[in-house]
Amino acid sequence: MSTTRPLRILVGKPGLDGHDRGAKVVARALRDAGFEVIYTGLHQSPESIVRTALDEDVDCICLSVLSGAHNYLFRKVSELLKKQGVKDMPLVGGGIVPDEDKTKLKKECMLEIFTPGTNLETIIKFFREKVKPRK
Amino acid sequence: MPVKARKKTRVLDPHENKKFTTISDLEVPPLIGPDHLKNFNPQKKLGKPGEYPYTRGIYETMYRGKPWTMRLFAGFGTAKHTNERFHMLLDHGQTGLSTAFHMPTLRGFDSDNPQSRGEVGLGGVSIDSLEDMEILFDKIPLEKVTTSMTINAPAALLFAMYLAVAEKQGADLKKISGTIQNDILKEYLAQKLWIFPPEPSMRLITDIFSFAQKHVPKWNTISISGYHIREAGSTAVQELAFTLADGIEYVKHGVEAGLDVDDFAPRLSFFFNSHIDFFEEIAKLRAARRMWAKTMKERFHAKNPRSWLCRFHTQTSGVSLTAQQPMNNVVRVSLQALAAVLGGTQSLHTNSMDETLALPTEESVRVALRTQQIIAEETGVGSTIDPLGGSYFVEHMTNKVEEEAWKYINKIDELGGMVAAIHKGFPQREITEAAYHYERQLDQGEKVVVGVNKYHMEEKRSLDILEIGSKVEEEQVKRVKALRRKRNNAQVTKTLKELKSAAKGSSNVMPYILNAVKAYATVGEICDVLREVFGVYKDPAII
Repeated sequence: MSTTRPLRILVGKPGLDGHDRGAKVVARALRDAGFEVIYTGLHQSPESIVRTALDEDVDCICLSVLSGAHNYLFRKVSELLKKQGVKDMPLVGGGIVPDEDKTKLKKECMLEIFTPGTNLETIIKFFREKVKPRK
Repeated sequence: MPVKARKKTRVLDPHENKKFTTISDLEVPPLIGPDHLKNFNPQKKLGKPGEYPYTRGIYETMYRGKPWTMRLFAGFGTAKHTNERFHMLLDHGQTGLSTAFHMPTLRGFDSDNPQSRGEVGLGGVSIDSLEDMEILFDKIPLEKVTTSMTINAPAALLFAMYLAVAEKQGADLKKISGTIQNDILKEYLAQKLWIFPPEPSMRLITDIFSFAQKHVPKWNTISISGYHIREAGSTAVQELAFTLADGIEYVKHGVEAGLDVDDFAPRLSFFFNSHIDFFEEIAKLRAARRMWAKTMKERFHAKNPRSWLCRFHTQTSGVSLTAQQPMNNVVRVSLQALAAVLGGTQSLHTNSMDETLALPTEESVRVALRTQQIIAEETGVGSTIDPLGGSYFVEHMTNKVEEEAWKYINKIDELGGMVAAIHKGFPQREITEAAYHYERQLDQGEKVVVGVNKYHMEEKRSLDILEIGSKVEEEQVKRVKALRRKRNNAQVTKTLKELKSAAKGSSNVMPYILNAVKAYATVGEICDVLREVFGVYKDPAII
């Protein structure tokens, strides 16, 4: 760990809903685990999330959606990243995502999706093992 | 077992190292007896049901006179879908309606706004204009049914639409009754579905108070809500304290706007959560009545006893339900519903077992409704009033929760009231902190959620879930676009212009909103006018 810099993670809340309990708890847990965390706050458009991610030069984008709009919003963020030519900034989702949607989204654009009831340690371990700082 | 080994074994008190606390971390003593309640004066602290301070209930006869209202929250897809669900619920014996609106309506956007993409009709019903509202309440007599609407930032608009539909049905506005949530303060604290900053939002609320007092006197103009505060992760004490502090702020603003406290206070109502810690919840509900009565009588000098009443709706806790082994949720909901009834609620929503996965199916909603009917008609718990009153433990917990809640209310008073406290981020930080603390306790196994951090098992999804197709969005977008073509647009422009100048000035905006709504101006158009005048609120993003 001493030779590599800590991961920079953007925690984003796209969409209109206000369910930020999960996003904030995860953001805090990641920060306490030693990662650099940037939280966008609520009600962000996919465009503004991608813009912030590029401005802040993050290694990974987390997206929390509990309104049921995950199918549209996750895909939209992925599409915008592709348009910008960004290929090494993985997306991680969180929220109420039914299994069928989860399988499809993981195939298409999401590195992982965590649903309610996931242990915080599991999430921290995931970032330590599966996400690397961008070069 | 070898004798030696046995000798080394010390007899352990199995509970020696275990701390017994409520889910909110209040300490629970092993036994409570008369010594703990030495200075307890039942006449003063409890009184009789229907008498100050109302600890035992706000009505003299409670459920013997009339059972609580069974009111299940419903709303999804288009107005037509939800209208069908309403009819189904009424046919099954439900006694009141409760409407959930989709995110775009809650945030004041039309379905065809780019920001609404992917969200139309998902978490509630899509209402863009009076046209949708007419369909939503088609063949439902608004003079007979009471309707609760969970709407906050744009509450004035949806209230106006409801009144317009009622008028068209020929209903007498003096007779219709229902509730709009209209509680903007808890949006900044917890639910986060705001539009405008706190100050103009408070003005909209006092405008509604004074309009309703004159024209719709039986309407509950606000439902001051702890529910969302709790769902966002607060403790039981914080839920109680912040809710009452919100209530205090509304009363203060009403009085400052020149209203007589007794003219609007009897129409205030409350909305609490019923979480899984059984006795803590009952104590919280009993304490709420006692604290509000004292506040209204002693702090605001209300003279009408109806102003002292903390009338409330309760909903079982959504966050306590699990996606894992979802049938277990039926049991959780039953216990929470029982706590709400033992706590003396006026109406109750029971969650459906599948709500952690998606919106509930018809079958799971029916089970949730039957849960209430079983409690009401089989268990006999409503046959006597406040059956737990006088229990050493319940009275001790009621006192304890009250004592802790007053500390928070005093702190908020010191900060200058709830609006000031929100600007300082105080309640938001307290809730965020409590949510994180609880999550850590779950991680460490200090608190248990069956099927999640204990008794976990691999499983396949066993429930059917309700799917909302993407057709809903297409259909609704088409409808709102068509409406803009067929309505009298000159009338829309005129009413919106008049609304704008009213909003800029100090006259009551309700009549102007009503005119715009009747001209079929949309939710988005009306909110755009108000956004222009009032500005928008931005998330302080406290983590």
